[in-house]
Amino acid sequence: MTPKLLLAAGISLTFASTAIADDKPELIVYTYDSFVSDWGPGPAVEKAFEAQCDCDLKLVAAGDGASLLTRIQLEGIRTDADLVLGLDTNLTARAKSTDLFAPLVERPAVLDVPITWQDDTFLPYDWGYFAFVYDNTKLENAPTSFDDLIAKPDDFKIVIQDPRSSSPGLGLLMWVKAVYGNRAPEIWEGLAPKILTVTKGWSEAYGMFLEGEADMVLSYTTSPAYHLIAEDDASKSAAAFDEGHYLQIEVAGKLKSSDQPELADAFLKFMTSDAFQDIIPTTNWMYPAVFPSTGLPKGFNQLITPSNSLIVPAEQADAIRDEALAEWLTALSQ
Amino acid sequence: MAYRAQPIRPIHFVFGGSAFVLLLFLTLGTTLAVWARADVSSNLTVADWAAIKFSITQAFVSAIISIAVAIPTARALARRKFMGRSFILTLLGAPFILPSIVAVLGLIAVWGRAGYINSFLEAISQDRIDIYGFGGVVLAHIFFNIPLATRLILQGWMSIPAEHFRVAAQLGMSTSDISTRLERPMLRAVIPGAFLLIFLLCISSFAVALALGGGPMATTIELAIYNALRFEFDLSKASQLALIQFGICAFIGTIAMFISQPMKFSQGLDRAPERWDSKALRYRIFDFSVLFLVCGFLFLPLLTIFLRGIGPAFSLPFQVWGAAVNSVLVAVFSALIAVGMALAMSMLIIRIAQKKRRISRIMEVIGFLTLATSPFVIGTGLFVITFPFISPFSIALPVTALVNAAMALPFCLRVVLPAMIRAEDHYGRLADSLGMQTWARFRLAIWPRLRRPTGFAAGLAAALSMGDLGVITLFAPPELETLPLVMYRLMSNYQLSSAAGVALLLILLSITLFWIFDQGGRVEHNIR
Repeated sequence: MTPKLLLAAGISLTFASTAIADDKPELIVYTYDSFVSDWGPGPAVEKAFEAQCDCDLKLVAAGDGASLLTRIQLEGIRTDADLVLGLDTNLTARAKSTDLFAPLVERPAVLDVPITWQDDTFLPYDWGYFAFVYDNTKLENAPTSFDDLIAKPDDFKIVIQDPRSSSPGLGLLMWVKAVYGNRAPEIWEGLAPKILTVTKGWSEAYGMFLEGEADMVLSYTTSPAYHLIAEDDASKSAAAFDEGHYLQIEVAGKLKSSDQPELADAFLKFMTSDAFQDIIPTTNWMYPAVFPSTGLPKGFNQLITPSNSLIVPAEQADAIRDEALAEWLTALSQ
Repeated sequence: MAYRAQPIRPIHFVFGGSAFVLLLFLTLGTTLAVWARADVSSNLTVADWAAIKFSITQAFVSAIISIAVAIPTARALARRKFMGRSFILTLLGAPFILPSIVAVLGLIAVWGRAGYINSFLEAISQDRIDIYGFGGVVLAHIFFNIPLATRLILQGWMSIPAEHFRVAAQLGMSTSDISTRLERPMLRAVIPGAFLLIFLLCISSFAVALALGGGPMATTIELAIYNALRFEFDLSKASQLALIQFGICAFIGTIAMFISQPMKFSQGLDRAPERWDSKALRYRIFDFSVLFLVCGFLFLPLLTIFLRGIGPAFSLPFQVWGAAVNSVLVAVFSALIAVGMALAMSMLIIRIAQKKRRISRIMEVIGFLTLATSPFVIGTGLFVITFPFISPFSIALPVTALVNAAMALPFCLRVVLPAMIRAEDHYGRLADSLGMQTWARFRLAIWPRLRRPTGFAAGLAAALSMGDLGVITLFAPPELETLPLVMYRLMSNYQLSSAAGVALLLILLSITLFWIFDQGGRVEHNIR
């Protein structure tokens, strides 16, 4: 290509986004990176919804986890977004307090999330359990509890994510707090020698684990399903902990400032229908919030199913998080 | 005729001045915009101060070690000619553009618990080494910065005219005499600036420091800023931390500028230098050992990145190529903007220096400010400023190019300014006495001396821009991707092997761009 062509390509790319394809109504959904990418649920979701709505669905990657919420806070009521998809229950209380989200109009009769869902603003679309993932060809007796993990020899190493920059990292913080309450600092002190390092995000940690740097990595109970289904590799397992596993429930909510409120409601309805829920397990690698009528994909039946689902009530999440974070910092900085 | 200082023409004020204004806007302006948007004010906690302390300590140690290793490396490259020398020079551009996650994975493939070195140590039943902790942070930072330091210092060596070495040889000066008379004064001029650059690069490190730092003790200011901006929406704290980073930059920058003394070499004929003094075998052994060790240290991680990526690189998903075009476009434009700004600012600084030395020094320090600015703060600040008026999506690529240019500016300025000062010293008066004016004066007298540094600076800026994730994350519309963005998206969808392919493509493209620009400038020896 000549430089001129390249330039033209660049300019057209720059402005392509500003041109609206035709006069179909446009529904803009802010979500996270891995959702919109071609390997995530985004493309299939877009196709399925556009087939039934006669609209243009735009999935915009606007940050991960908490930064999705800060993006909405930055934009305020002037935002173009109609919906936000990708917050979790650690953030819903704070999200509500911004007064930017509108209450739900309609909720599905049945939700297959492990807890009773009572939130009137946010609707779950998928969920999963945090867990430590290991290589079952290298590790024979995986720990069965935090105490068991602490009792492992000191060259047994785990990689975790920083709760200040990553949702799984924050999940582990809440997990320990939910199980041990006031004993959390003690548990973290016990875990400290086992923690090889703390990474900014999930990708770094998981990459390091796959490189063989650590015996276990903090991820989800559903991670082995990816290796099993997409790579036909049964060597990854999640360690089942007797205390139970902490839940992450991912939700979507409608913004008050939306100029397409009916369309947004239609999307939320679609979100808990088979058409959407079918896509989730093998693209987002999480459990669907409403199990599709066809059931879960093969491979999901081989995953561990925690006996006990742990979660901190959304209203207390902020306060507990602050306390737990301070404890975590103190215990690991020694 | 008495020599009079070059007048400051309106054109210098217009271009140089607007470059400065733009710089201040992107740094202080965006920080203040973030502050102004804060709803509540908050105070820094003990943990924040611990982060500040850790940032400064690790940056200081990393910068010292990088420079200490770079001096003998640059000397070896300056006084030896061998096959593969220019290959090494080009590859030196690679490490510091690596996206942090790629660098971390490359480094642990060599130094990690399951890495080559530990496997080797285990095989010979020695104790394994554990890099996680302060040592790991420094290791990663010197991996990033030795190449940069080496290239900057080598630039200094190249600025010593070949004739000086000839005269030294005729006078029978020993290697240590040459070191005292020629090389040390050069180092004194070059090192403070290089130190400052590396110090600032290290102080604003975040993902790398955390991943190899072994835990939250390795929290840097940048992580605290990220946390405040993206997690807590505490804009007040984010802008305070950003201002503290400016303060550190200004403080260290002022000291560095104070220590730095301009080089006082007379002009030469741009011949390639020949070193008669260091032909003794022991010097050769020393030089080649240094090069061997440094190249091993730098290139082993790169090699593993290459080996991981080469397979997947042949089956990359289609949209990667669109992202590659975007990345290259942004890189080329930001290189041009960065070099243009550096040239304009250098001209203004030199002309002001002839009258007001102190002001010009302050301006030099301002040139470093973008490095002390968190890309998250710049991004958020620009977002806050532009969002009420224009959709961020429609300006994604231009804004990215502009911010990347500003981020590369400190490097470009460090490379271009000393060269321009020398060119003015050596040829400025001659040009004036010949009555050369403005454009002819620049083209004939100054530019030939600037080509090599300008090419190098543009190469650096382009490579830096390629690897940067920066502001694109806040501004990118759904269809628009750059290579680092695609790579992170792949990784977050378990596609680690494709991501390795994209990482390799990213590195190859960056090195190619770096090489093209650098080559364009490296014809100095043939400019007669």
